[in-house]
Amino acid sequence: MAVNGSAEVRQLSQIELMGHLFRRAGFGATRDELEAALTKGYEATLEELLHPEQAPDLEEDLLFRSFPDFHETRKVDVAAAAWVWRMIHTQRPLQEKMVLFWHCLFATGNAKVESPLQMASQIATFRRFALSDFRTILLGLSKDPAMLFWLDNQLNTKDVHNENYGRELLELFSMGIGTYTEDDVKHCARAFTGWTFQETVPGVKPYGRFRWAFEFRPDRHDDGEKEFLGERGHFDGTDVIDIIVRQPATGRFLAKRLYLFFVADHPDPDAIEYLASVYHASQYDIRTMLRALFLSPFFRSERAYYAKVKSPAEHVVGIMRLVGDYATPRPGFGEISLECRYMGQDLLNPPSVEGWHAGKEWIDTGCLVERVNFGAKQLGDVSKPGVQRIIERLRAQGELSPARFVDGCLDLLGPLTVHAKTRAALVKYVGQGGPLRLDQGDHAAEQRVGELLSLIAATREFQMA
Amino acid sequence: MAMTRKPPTLVVLQLTGGNDALNTVVPYGNPLYYDQRPTVRIPEDQVLPIDEHYGFHAGMAALKPFWDQGNMAIVNGIGYPKPDYSHFRSMDIWYTAQPETMATDGWLGKLVRDLDPRADNVLTAVSFGRGLPRALSLAGVPVASVAELDSYGLLTNLSSVQRQAALEVFSWMYDDGWNDQGLPPAPTRHPHDPVGEVLRYMGQTGLDAQKGAAILRTAVEKYSSSVSYPKTSIGQSLRGVAQVKLADLGTRVFYTAHNGFDTHGTQLAVHAQLWREVSEAVAAFFEDLRAHDAADDVIMLLWSEFGRRVRDNGSGTDHGAGGIAFVVGDAVKGGMYGEYPSLRDGDLTLGNLTYTNDFRSTYSAILERWFHVEAKPIVNGTFEPLVFV
Repeated sequence: MAVNGSAEVRQLSQIELMGHLFRRAGFGATRDELEAALTKGYEATLEELLHPEQAPDLEEDLLFRSFPDFHETRKVDVAAAAWVWRMIHTQRPLQEKMVLFWHCLFATGNAKVESPLQMASQIATFRRFALSDFRTILLGLSKDPAMLFWLDNQLNTKDVHNENYGRELLELFSMGIGTYTEDDVKHCARAFTGWTFQETVPGVKPYGRFRWAFEFRPDRHDDGEKEFLGERGHFDGTDVIDIIVRQPATGRFLAKRLYLFFVADHPDPDAIEYLASVYHASQYDIRTMLRALFLSPFFRSERAYYAKVKSPAEHVVGIMRLVGDYATPRPGFGEISLECRYMGQDLLNPPSVEGWHAGKEWIDTGCLVERVNFGAKQLGDVSKPGVQRIIERLRAQGELSPARFVDGCLDLLGPLTVHAKTRAALVKYVGQGGPLRLDQGDHAAEQRVGELLSLIAATREFQMA
Repeated sequence: MAMTRKPPTLVVLQLTGGNDALNTVVPYGNPLYYDQRPTVRIPEDQVLPIDEHYGFHAGMAALKPFWDQGNMAIVNGIGYPKPDYSHFRSMDIWYTAQPETMATDGWLGKLVRDLDPRADNVLTAVSFGRGLPRALSLAGVPVASVAELDSYGLLTNLSSVQRQAALEVFSWMYDDGWNDQGLPPAPTRHPHDPVGEVLRYMGQTGLDAQKGAAILRTAVEKYSSSVSYPKTSIGQSLRGVAQVKLADLGTRVFYTAHNGFDTHGTQLAVHAQLWREVSEAVAAFFEDLRAHDAADDVIMLLWSEFGRRVRDNGSGTDHGAGGIAFVVGDAVKGGMYGEYPSLRDGDLTLGNLTYTNDFRSTYSAILERWFHVEAKPIVNGTFEPLVFV
């Protein structure tokens, strides 16, 4: 599908909408998967995505036999690889996409935490509360040992306050700058005094190599009266969270973050206000907000279609799902997972508590070269099952003119919409080889498909989702 | 008499893992050293003496001539206040010149922006290795990240014949000005659609990457040398640096790293091997530049994120502080800079050497005295520059 710049917003087709849904609510899908989903329809497919508990969990017995470290590891590269494996293979894609969302929002870096065990624990916590309600989520976050250590809350006691967690909770995790005062920060921090963790097995400094567990130390807790966001009481962390979640600012904050992660890289105030209203009406329920988002006209619009720059994780995982490689474990998978780092997203290690900057900031010359080369290499390999399937479906179409060859590949890869000039460039390129005939049993024809897929993977449009 | 002074160039060689300063420039004249190092020690007859107090690790034999000729500055006791013993945190501190808060802008990224504010040359900074070290990271600053120079570029999965045609298509696709089909022009989506701006930015970035790769290819083609580099990864990385430097592409900052210095165990053998590898590679590099009369505008900084524990653990050493850095090159004023830290128990901090000079003084020297750019905004403060250059 090719488009020219024009003022009209066109209607998306059923299969385009389904592809859009899977790219955003998950990590993408093959053409076969999209066509299967179409038989159920958009709404039914969305409901399935919203109920991960009804789909089987990741198969782990065979996985751990091949990759024992994926079960539990103290190496951060392995912990990240185990997560990338799950993103590729999960039958609960929206749940896993939400885990990525929470990781990007509640950004915690292993550079300081230095405990891949604990980071993996945090990710597991995010997975447990992925689609629940914001109160449950903020409570779970405030008791997560990696987060407490990351923001120094173990140092926050009634005798010596440390405001790091109290501040970032308000500024970066729930309400946003300008919606609370410095006094609110102070009292918020006081409410969380004594919220700390202990090593389950005492170790060497700083905090040892065994799992940490949340611990509330009443002797360190400041239970004096506090004034927070206009309310007064002897608040502890739980009370403060109760107050935070009912603030209008919180609804808008979370709505905006969900919008920027799932809909577009640029905010739309009306859409955000709508999602904020759903937040409050549903008692802060994430699943309900997501349903509203994915059913909304602003999501199902051509303006949102291929409108976001894929994060490295989405790019890598999406490509791996398309090529169908590593259906079963075999050596070399660690290199795939490391690609996210080379492309600028070091999973489990965001550069700061602000997380990664998305949108066009994912792209610089170095990252673009890595993204293009990875995509081209994977999709250009005709031995891969997903690529063979594309070839098989093209073969069924008989002899293909250069234009139909290009359109066929764009359709099977997305469907991917490209600008008319991009399409013209691709058609001109394949035209040099004449029409495509895949029924001659000749390897050269298959190679032409691989080359074209490489080139499509190299387009700007393919960097988007 | 007017003479064009060639623009100064810096090569940064990161020794990843925390290099053991005590066994690099060994205080063999100090009995306290042998007290603290019952096992992981360099005997007096194995050092390459500098004077009657200090000597180089024998593995540095290939680098010793630099010292002898006055082309090596040794910065002893280099560090920063409140040392952090985490690899990543300490590296980030060195990368961003910001010990107090977590920052994301690299000191070398800021330098590159000062040297090339409009990013006219996409090859002003070239890093050898995959991924981009945060030292070079700054929004808007392009850096070429090269794993292997010979095979660097776009669409490297294709055969060279296929690639030529594919790269032509790549430039058609990324160039918003290309239009030999009489098609409607860009924007690529609807008017006033912010996504159009992102796609245009990507177009420019892609063309920059392609241009950079094509230019780097000429470096490989133009290169001719009789110097033999060691077949180690650092040897080959520095050969790549030399190829790009000698091609005169306007690159001013090069970056590369050698890993393995985190010697918690079996240190004696490993550390010796590492320094042999580094020294031979650096020596070959400068030999190559000198053979082409291209050495006088290059200095090399060798640094590590921290030093190591004073007392050994029986097989190796644990993370420490108060490390060592080197600056090497024909333009360098050789000598010992920075006071060698005291090994007396009372002077140690948590069993580690106490630093005697802030790494930002070394950075300031490079920024102001070598590159003639203002150091303060880059190192987030004023630090007396050392005078090794």
